[in-house]
Amino acid sequence: MGQSQENNTSGNDTFPPLANLQRLAISESGFVFDPVSGHNFTVNETGLFILRLLQKNNRLEPLLDRLTTEYDSPRRELERDVLEFAGLLRDYVGE
Amino acid sequence: MSTKDNNNASEPKKKPWVKPSITPLRSGFLNKSGAARHMIWRDNIDGVPVSKLLEDFKSPLFVVSEHTLRQNSKRLRKAFSTRYPDIMFGWSYKTNYLSAVCNVLHQEGDLAEVVSQFEYEKARGLGVPGNCILFNGPNKTRAILERAVNEGAHIHIDHLDELYLLEDVAKNLGKVVDVAIRLNFDTGYTEQWSRFGFNVESGHAIDAAWRIAASDNLNLVGLHAHIGTFIMEPLAYKAQVKIMNNFMNEVETKTGCVIKYIDIGGGFASMNSLQGIYLPPEQVVPSIEQYAEAICDTLLELTHERETRECRRPTLILETGRAVVDDAEVLITSVVANKHLPDGRRAVVLDAGVNHLFTAFWYNHDVVPTRHLSGRPEETVLYGPLCMNIDVMRNSVMLPPVNVGDTLIFSPVGAYNNTQWLQFIEYRPNVVMVQENGKVSLIREAENLEIVTQQERLPEHLKNPYPKGTPRNFLTTPK
Repeated sequence: MGQSQENNTSGNDTFPPLANLQRLAISESGFVFDPVSGHNFTVNETGLFILRLLQKNNRLEPLLDRLTTEYDSPRRELERDVLEFAGLLRDYVGE
Repeated sequence: MSTKDNNNASEPKKKPWVKPSITPLRSGFLNKSGAARHMIWRDNIDGVPVSKLLEDFKSPLFVVSEHTLRQNSKRLRKAFSTRYPDIMFGWSYKTNYLSAVCNVLHQEGDLAEVVSQFEYEKARGLGVPGNCILFNGPNKTRAILERAVNEGAHIHIDHLDELYLLEDVAKNLGKVVDVAIRLNFDTGYTEQWSRFGFNVESGHAIDAAWRIAASDNLNLVGLHAHIGTFIMEPLAYKAQVKIMNNFMNEVETKTGCVIKYIDIGGGFASMNSLQGIYLPPEQVVPSIEQYAEAICDTLLELTHERETRECRRPTLILETGRAVVDDAEVLITSVVANKHLPDGRRAVVLDAGVNHLFTAFWYNHDVVPTRHLSGRPEETVLYGPLCMNIDVMRNSVMLPPVNVGDTLIFSPVGAYNNTQWLQFIEYRPNVVMVQENGKVSLIREAENLEIVTQQERLPEHLKNPYPKGTPRNFLTTPK
């Protein structure tokens, strides 16, 4: 795990490119619009929180640091769920 | 200490973590997943907490409610006995032959309806007298027929070969045996189950009746038919009763026999959702009372004239299985893993699969969590634990995110699972019964290696898996 974390922090492969994330229009209620693909999505409250953070910084480690301070859950559980969420983000807004 | 406490008190309280989700919005697609299940949860079975059941008996776990089972049986009995004067019920062993389930229903007054040597022996082993057994099925050997004749079971003949075999058995035993024949016919409502019994329309049934009438050792006293399974149209039974009544009159007139009972089998639907039917069972499954009305009113009217001839109305026998036991049992299963499929759907792996829940192949079982789930419901696939692609417990259900260790309840599962389940890849789990007094009894113990392998025999020369030494360690470079 240590090695994968190192890779994540040294590169930006975990999440879609920053430009892709920043182009997303996100409403307060969790409605997400991608103006390039034209696709719409909804995110839950946690997904909304993460997306807003990712629009500023798409690196995993700082995100996990912030989530650890915000949420009552072990870091490894947060990481597991964020990695799964990241996989979906790559599929939906990665290109 | 006080400083530390003050510091803790000043720290903002952390929020509970809910798995992040992102769901594509697709317009124009029907929601075939039904309503979201996050608003409904069930944390106990007849007052016994699910957490306590799992602590004592592990997951996955089948749980039978004795109370529901008895209530269902009583409701069925009341629905029919208030509409027809002479009713008997036979408990369909193949629907669920766990001993505890069978004896609850025998205590409620059911006969045993069996379809094989195994089921016959099981009923006898439970203490059911031979004359309380209805013996159906197409495979009755000479040995089991001899036992059934000697013990006074009610034998329902399925085909001509059985007729001749039974006649020979009766003759050798020096007995005259009262028998019934199984009929098949077209009601116009259901697919014809013509593989069982003698066909009415083609004349095979009356031929069989003639042959029995000519026998010195057989005496035709009953007619049996079973028109199908999960029949959601009560009028199908009305048609069945008419056809059987007409045949009864014909056979009595032509052969001089006296029919004492008509056994119309089972097939009533339960509150389960057949795959491919999108309306909920509450909207499409008739009540027991609707079935009873269609059957009893018809039979009462058609047999009225028998009384004027001083000929008794036939006893009406029902072999209702699914409608009695299905909603009396649930399956509790635990979440093993979460994943997302490449098409974006969420998938959950459970510790119970189609090897345990055979009816998942044809039902969309109701699935509810055992706690309130927060978060947005998503279309979710529920997989079992088997390393097989077929192991799908629900192809599509709306569920909020669940965590590893969360538990879900599948229902109704009482019919055809504890009989058709498989020991395949995994051990079969415990089955418990919550008694009416709230106590929980283990009614079938989970399997283990010893139980699963005890029937195997290993030839002497196969006792060592590697008699020439173990294969090389493939993680090292070959020399």
